[in-house]
Amino acid sequence: MSNIEETLSEEMYREHILDLYKSPHNFGDLEGATHKHKGFNPLCGDEITVQLIIKDGKVQAVKFKGQGCAINIASSSLLTDEIKGKTTQAIMEMKTPDVLDLMKIPISSVRFKCALLGLETLQKAVQGSEPDGNA
Amino acid sequence: MKIDNSRAKQLRLDFPILNSNKNGKPIIYLDNGATTQKPQQVINAISAFYETQNANIHRGLYKLSQEATEAYEQAHAFTEKFINANPHEVIFTSGTTDSINMLAFTLPEITNGKNIVLTEMEHHANLVPWQQLAKRNSMKLKFIPIKDDFTLDYAAAEQLITEDTAIVSIVHTSNVLGTQNDAKRICALAKDNNAISIIDAAQSIPHSKIDVKRIDCDFLAFSGHKMCGPTGTGGLYGKHDLLEELPPYKTGGDMIRSVSKENAEWNDLPMKFEAGTPNIAGAIGLSEAITYLENIGMENIEAWEKQLLKYALEKTQEVGAITTFNPGVEKSAGILSFNIAGIHSHDLASLLDDDNICIRAGHHCAMPLMTKLGIPGTARASFYVYNTTEDIDALITGIKHTKQVFAKGIPK
Ligand SMILES: Cc1ncc(COP(=O)(O)O)c(C=O)c1O
Repeated sequence: MSNIEETLSEEMYREHILDLYKSPHNFGDLEGATHKHKGFNPLCGDEITVQLIIKDGKVQAVKFKGQGCAINIASSSLLTDEIKGKTTQAIMEMKTPDVLDLMKIPISSVRFKCALLGLETLQKAVQGSEPDGNA
Repeated sequence: MKIDNSRAKQLRLDFPILNSNKNGKPIIYLDNGATTQKPQQVINAISAFYETQNANIHRGLYKLSQEATEAYEQAHAFTEKFINANPHEVIFTSGTTDSINMLAFTLPEITNGKNIVLTEMEHHANLVPWQQLAKRNSMKLKFIPIKDDFTLDYAAAEQLITEDTAIVSIVHTSNVLGTQNDAKRICALAKDNNAISIIDAAQSIPHSKIDVKRIDCDFLAFSGHKMCGPTGTGGLYGKHDLLEELPPYKTGGDMIRSVSKENAEWNDLPMKFEAGTPNIAGAIGLSEAITYLENIGMENIEAWEKQLLKYALEKTQEVGAITTFNPGVEKSAGILSFNIAGIHSHDLASLLDDDNICIRAGHHCAMPLMTKLGIPGTARASFYVYNTTEDIDALITGIKHTKQVFAKGIPK
């Protein structure tokens, strides 16, 4: 009757995910950022801010900061590692499976939002939308 | 009868969900602040209505319709008696949110004054409708602050509620902190300043005896689904004279006495506020829920939940590295918000879910309160009559396990 998957949530909390949660990559403020966006997960109130330096259509530098769960922080770490040097077009073409491939863990459907907040925020920053609120 | 673990276990037998399994494990339900489970008695009452009495009310001249009308009116009477209201002082709505919106749209017609006073611990349901009213009518919102012990600053309330205040609307029991606010005291302040007083009783009515005459509030809003009743039910209590004065929020069938092409005359209370076919089966389910709770005894329910809270506070203390956001057993209902150092509440909730332990994680629809506390969210366990200390033991075991997972991480 129910199609809620039976995979245990515990499968998400692999060492590499928790290592990134405890010591995230590319975390903090980026001086001289050309692009910036603050994204919210309205379900839980988590927020992250992504800052980028984009030159000639390519990412020169990227940082993120914010408060989030292990899944959100780990995915944002992996994503910001992945996109350095990439073109904005390549970033805009990234989709859910790309994030899941980076994370290498099964994500339960209720946690998709957490895993994807980084990508959503990154793409909005690249598109050049204004930062929400006092980012 | 006082409630203890064995009585709670006996009551639990009335709740089909709590006797079922998911993935072969029992369900440990600690999210009663969000909604409570439904006893068989309520489920049966709803089915019985559809199986034996279903007809529209206030219309048919045939027996079936008369029976349905009587059952619906009796549900009103039960609800009124439950909170010590006078006859026709309770309007059925779809819940707390609906009740408060109704007031936010109609009260401006019968009040003047520039300010609306709320507290810093409001649920969005008792905040956003007033923000919108303030914008529409150029009014100002003011907030009674919370002290470091998670209780309201009543001295500040005395300064904030003034002759300029039109409306004072406060949460009775905080859905995040558990704090049981002194509604009587705030309503008296409102009365002294000729302001309308409103109580958001969403989290108090399911867990304690409510007496609207003792509180002396002008209005009181509540939801049926948080008190063993069906979703989409709830009510708005209002003092008779105010309900007479207040214009209807929704208009249409059932709420009129007579209609011409140009004009309509409103029906008597409560029909004046219940336009259209109401949630008849829901009202009957709600009234059965009230009977169920009254048979257990509201005082017994409150006492047991405080005992569970006391146990939970002690046990979380023992675990260590847990911050609780609660004013203590004396001043709190059975709601416990907490955070574990270094572990996000969402991650905790996911790991607890592996063992079917249901808690809430996040901002609990109280984002300004989270900002005030300086946190993005909390984990929250909220109790009801059918919970036992064993449920709390399971929660504590789950918390310890989560801490272990986060200390090591499961190997690749
Ligand atoms: C304090 C408080 N007020 C209002 C509400 C809104 O209730 P409903 O969603 O049933 O309208 C809730 C429910 O979460 C609540 O806890």
